[in-house]
Amino acid sequence: MLHAAYLMPLFPLAGFAVLAVFGRKIGNPLAGWLATGTVTASFAIALVTLAGMIGEPASHRSFVETLFTWIPVSALHVQVGFLIDPLSLVMVLFVTGVSAVIHWYSIGYMAHDEGYARFFVYLNLFVASMLILVMASNLVFTFVGWEGVGLCSYFLIAFWYDRPAAASAGKKAFIMNRVGDAGFLLAMFVLFNALHTLSIPAILAHLGDLSTGTATAAALLLFLAATGKSAQIPLFTWLPDAMEGPTPVSALIHAATMVTAGVYLMVRMSPLLHRATDVSEVIAIVGVATALVAATIASTQNDIKKVIAYSTVSQIGYMFLAVGVGAYTAAIFLMVAHAFYKSLLFLSAGSVIHGLHDEQDIKKMGGLRKFMPWTFAAFMAGWLAIAGVPPLSAFWAKGAVLVHAFSYDIGLWIVGAITAVFTAYYMGREFYIVFYGDERWRRLEVIKGDPHESPWVMRGPLVILSVLAAIGGLLDLPFHPHLDFLSSWLAPVVGSVSRHSSVGVGGEWALAITDSVLAVIGVTLAWRLWRVTADARHLEPAFLQRAWLVDETYDKIFARGGEALAGFLANVVEAKIIDGAVNGTASGLRWMGSGLRRIQTGYVRNYAIGIVLGLVAILAWMLVRAGV
Amino acid sequence: MSLFFLSALVLPKIAWSAILPELILLAAPLVLLAVSALSARRLPTGVYAGGMGAAGLASLGASVWLWTQVTPHGAGTAVDGAIAVDGFSVLVMILVSSVVVLAALIGEGYLRREGIGGPEYYVLAMFSAAGAMLMASADDLVLIFLGLEIMSIALYVLAGLDARRQGSGEAAMKYFLLGAFSSAIFLYGIALVYGATGSTNLPQIADFLAHNVASSDGLLLAGMALLLVGFFFKIAAVPFHMWTPDVYQGSPTPVTGFMAAVAKAGGFAALLRVFFASFGLLRDDWQPVIWLVAVVTLLVGAVLALVQRDVKRMLAYSSINHAGFILVGLEAATTRGIAASLYYLFVYGFMVVGTFAVVTVIARRGDEAHDLGSYRGLAQRQPFLAAMLALLLLAQAGVPLTTGFLAKLYIISAAVEAHSYALAVIAMVSAAIAAFFYLRVVVLMYAGAKSGVGLPAPLAATGAGEGAGSGELSPVAAYGPGAASAAELEGDRPEASRPDGAGGGEGHGEPDAAGVPATIALAIALCAGFTLLFGIWAQPVVELARQATLLFH
Repeated sequence: MLHAAYLMPLFPLAGFAVLAVFGRKIGNPLAGWLATGTVTASFAIALVTLAGMIGEPASHRSFVETLFTWIPVSALHVQVGFLIDPLSLVMVLFVTGVSAVIHWYSIGYMAHDEGYARFFVYLNLFVASMLILVMASNLVFTFVGWEGVGLCSYFLIAFWYDRPAAASAGKKAFIMNRVGDAGFLLAMFVLFNALHTLSIPAILAHLGDLSTGTATAAALLLFLAATGKSAQIPLFTWLPDAMEGPTPVSALIHAATMVTAGVYLMVRMSPLLHRATDVSEVIAIVGVATALVAATIASTQNDIKKVIAYSTVSQIGYMFLAVGVGAYTAAIFLMVAHAFYKSLLFLSAGSVIHGLHDEQDIKKMGGLRKFMPWTFAAFMAGWLAIAGVPPLSAFWAKGAVLVHAFSYDIGLWIVGAITAVFTAYYMGREFYIVFYGDERWRRLEVIKGDPHESPWVMRGPLVILSVLAAIGGLLDLPFHPHLDFLSSWLAPVVGSVSRHSSVGVGGEWALAITDSVLAVIGVTLAWRLWRVTADARHLEPAFLQRAWLVDETYDKIFARGGEALAGFLANVVEAKIIDGAVNGTASGLRWMGSGLRRIQTGYVRNYAIGIVLGLVAILAWMLVRAGV
Repeated sequence: MSLFFLSALVLPKIAWSAILPELILLAAPLVLLAVSALSARRLPTGVYAGGMGAAGLASLGASVWLWTQVTPHGAGTAVDGAIAVDGFSVLVMILVSSVVVLAALIGEGYLRREGIGGPEYYVLAMFSAAGAMLMASADDLVLIFLGLEIMSIALYVLAGLDARRQGSGEAAMKYFLLGAFSSAIFLYGIALVYGATGSTNLPQIADFLAHNVASSDGLLLAGMALLLVGFFFKIAAVPFHMWTPDVYQGSPTPVTGFMAAVAKAGGFAALLRVFFASFGLLRDDWQPVIWLVAVVTLLVGAVLALVQRDVKRMLAYSSINHAGFILVGLEAATTRGIAASLYYLFVYGFMVVGTFAVVTVIARRGDEAHDLGSYRGLAQRQPFLAAMLALLLLAQAGVPLTTGFLAKLYIISAAVEAHSYALAVIAMVSAAIAAFFYLRVVVLMYAGAKSGVGLPAPLAATGAGEGAGSGELSPVAAYGPGAASAAELEGDRPEASRPDGAGGGEGHGEPDAAGVPATIALAIALCAGFTLLFGIWAQPVVELARQATLLFH
């Protein structure tokens, strides 16, 4: 087996370094190809590692590759090391694979942007950070990746920093993530305090030493971190705003990879959740609630990317539902499938936006299927895939989640099933408004002439992702024990802590048929309601359009409240007390300095006196010690 | 018994290999002198620099080879017990050899610029380095004194190398007078210790103390006091520090950097060895002294650096502050404390040499432009220099991901483990004070060009397009310290008369961009690279320092 995991983040990191320094000189389009090449190289290494790992027996598929000790401080030894096992390898494979495709697409999408090279600098840094996140062998190093992807996310959301909306969206994402990051840090403190280690394998091996209270606290804090990064209730409002970033960023970071990091963290720490069952229930409820809330909001949005963004929030809700009910394989399965069809949807949307010169309001689109046949087909594939139409990928992946939810608690299943109808509906609504109906852009003069299909560098990735979105379900087929590739692959990691469904084969068939019916209902609704008209205000209640007023409420409580508190702190505490103390100290020190300075006369004789006085003092002490 | 060293020279069992680095650095200058005397015409300074660089590399190689000998076989002695061959001495040799190579690179650029010919700089620097190595490896007080004098006398002359500048001569004279004074005190200390213990050999002293209750022996304690004063002078601890600002300021800038690294290395190495290894049993007597001296050194160094406008003086006080930190490690009087001090000493050498190398370039021809004003807006005129200096200063301030952070971390954690809580707190406070004057320079370099106007507030760059000027990573550039005005940061003497603006502030009409000699640039990059690389990849150097202390003779 190939023991060179460090190469995987190293390639994009090297790409980052080279592009950061020479990016402008390398220029357009070579910088983009270079960035794509580094990520592809990582993907190739991941494939080689996979090939080696398949050849090993299941019990030998996990190893830690330590490069060096990063922080050696007495009891704390933080290694720079990589934990390679079936789980992290799945993550690495789909992260590098999808990243490579999206890098490729970006070469076309960003071709006319002034910040072309800068874009790939961030993108490569992002991939390196993401790989560190998923492969790190200890929580501190995971946190490095965790913060790294957060930082890149901030850079890329605010990529067009001269747009105030983009700049503030970047800040919003960063600040909301800080709330979650605090949870991550506290979880590390709790775990280190109890177990005196931060190495992931060591923590998981010694979970028995944790009291239930400690395990619950650590699991809850990690889940708080996950809600921030993965945009779940209560920290989900940053993700729709994050759509201010370039569309490939939305596809890569805010759909396929980074936002699923929370789910990955939960699965990675699944033995901990196994010890803290209360937390699992919380996760399941939060997940399914987020899924439903976000799906209802998505049904009313008019920004082509915001619909998909809320859809992402909703889909990640499903993944957390899976985590909560102990179906870790299903969570990963949905994550991978989601990466395929969601990046497909985003890239298709990007193609539309590109064709209409940066127009994002779907109410100004319409009838585009004639002008952008490739995009049309790709978007449709994405829509049907996410809707759960058999035999496309989400049918299998979402189906697996719902089977486990049903087996755990029928209430969870009902909410999940309603969400499934919404899912098929909102994506269909967008599909029909954009590609069918009147050519509203003509009347509104969005562009001059007809929109054009995107160039081949953008169409190629669409084709690849369409195929993957369609056949992604092959990863883990139910019904037959030799077809559940992903389940048996992940079994060494999560098998012992997973909950097994008690539904039975007959039940699974019944649920699968129900899922199909639900999907068809959603699709039909969208077809009937939105195929002809784009104007149906009664279907878009203001409460949902304004996202359940969550932003407004946060604004009132946290932003206004925070502002008032900040005002008090700034004008009273800071200005009077802290500044007073600091300025007092500073002027005191300066005064001391000026005073002491006078001793520094410049005369050798005075310096010699200094030495003598010091000598006398030390001698006096010594003689006192000697008792003379 | 002290004469045994001399008689040992004629014995056949001298392990020449154990003192190979010193021998190289003593032989090479003799060769250079001979070459210079015999050659018919004036040789270009690059020839001598090449010689010194080669000697430094050879000595570095020899030191590394010694390390490979010491690590498996353990510590030992050579030359009839006068020389300790242990990890501690070898690590200091590695440091000093590296500094020699760097000093050759920096000196070449400097001497070429100033038009100072001849082999003096190189010859003296190598002698001085050999002296420092001898101090580190000497296992006998007399030999330590010998090393001290070899090192110091060369440094006195080096300080006065730039004969055209009055300040250089003044520095040499002050350093020499006070140095001679302190050497006399040191020598007297050796005499008293010999009187009390009957030996100048460090293991024998330790042996004597182990078998005799000598703690109330006034003679011995007085001798220890005098030895301490001699060391304190060399490492510039308060109140024996007063020569430092004048000498650092007056000496040619590359010499200042060399002096700061090598004199501190030699002085501290001997201090740590003598007091930890020989007088370890008397720690109750010397620990309080070290405690008090460390406290005043930390505070005086940091506070007085605040009010300096001359960068070299500021760095002189900063070096005093660093000496205080290293003393904190000795005060702990534990293996971990000594390892922390050694690590600090090692990484500080690279930081300070790199810093003074940048200062050398910025000072320009004549070596005069040391006012803080010369650093204003440097980032736009000399982005490379500004970035390197920022890195090195941040490292000195103890910012994470640099060796400077780890050095302070290990010192403070050693103090905490030794229950010296008060000292640890004072050290941290002094580091906080010190951060101000390091950051002041960084702020001036990066924001000073927009003089008069306040610095951009945090995140302002993301909103306004003008922040894009800072290049690829503009959101990063948005992190600026608060909205304090650059003029306010510049210290206590506002300069209304100075014309403001980028490039202003210097009378010389030299072009800015082309001003960095390649050799100096290489040295700067090496120092900064070391500081950053081993700040992130911490293990190797930390492990080196730990092993070196375990292999203490």
